[in-house]
Amino acid sequence: MIETAFTPIASLAGGVLIGIASTLLMLTLGRVMGATGVLAGLFQPASSQDFAWRAALLAGMVSGPALVWLMSGEMPAVEVPISTVALIVGGLIVGVGVTYGAGCTSGHGVCGMARLSPRSIAATVTFMIFTGVTVYLVRHVFGG
Amino acid sequence: MRLLSTYLIGLIFGVGISISGMANPAKVLNFFDIAGTWDPSLIFVMGGALVTTFIGYKIVIGRSAPVFESGFSVPTNRTIDARLIAGSAVFGIGWGIAGFCPGGALPALGTGRWEVIAFTAALIAGIFLAKFTQSIGTTKT
Repeated sequence: MIETAFTPIASLAGGVLIGIASTLLMLTLGRVMGATGVLAGLFQPASSQDFAWRAALLAGMVSGPALVWLMSGEMPAVEVPISTVALIVGGLIVGVGVTYGAGCTSGHGVCGMARLSPRSIAATVTFMIFTGVTVYLVRHVFGG
Repeated sequence: MRLLSTYLIGLIFGVGISISGMANPAKVLNFFDIAGTWDPSLIFVMGGALVTTFIGYKIVIGRSAPVFESGFSVPTNRTIDARLIAGSAVFGIGWGIAGFCPGGALPALGTGRWEVIAFTAALIAGIFLAKFTQSIGTTKT
């Protein structure tokens, strides 16, 4: 386990930027900012134009850390306190879950909740509970 | 113009994720570890994003159409079914193991860290696996 510092101001500022980006995507393309949907649609685009906006959005996302680095002189921290096997197993499980659940933290947790969608509220409550229980089991029951 | 604006929106999202801590699995896992090394920062990410988007959507969705499209493509399904709940539960288990969610991992790819690339490759494999099993399910029924 790695201790991390409590960063309310940076986290709030980051959250507001996520909200601004979600609002602007709705304003310009009329779409929800769901990472799962954007990524999955890239592999089965409805048209070349559909592929293009998804690719542009992802390219922008991937450029984020470089801009942070240019402004602050530091790359955003990525600390992985788990094994490579757990990382890959977790990735597979996330991929299956978000496909069946039709969304993740950005799609359901931010955009869907902001629209007061009952589906997104149910999905968010479900995954938050299951994530919390999983972390507890991994760290305090099976591991630690 | 359309693609440039979409790129810049992705960039704002990527910077937001980067400074919020959502791209850092240690921080995400600590948020859920109330019984251990708890870091409540992510409440501020979710709160900030949710309130901003709620207000933003109120202003934007009242328009007759988006700037570059003829209409809004907002999900209309309102049914809470077993597939939604089971899928979200499975996502939660994976998120609790890995500490990355898709929205956190995609911008984190820009750090060039191999762990993010490994997670994202597994994430894409999982999406394809689920699409495949879903297609089998659809042809059977």
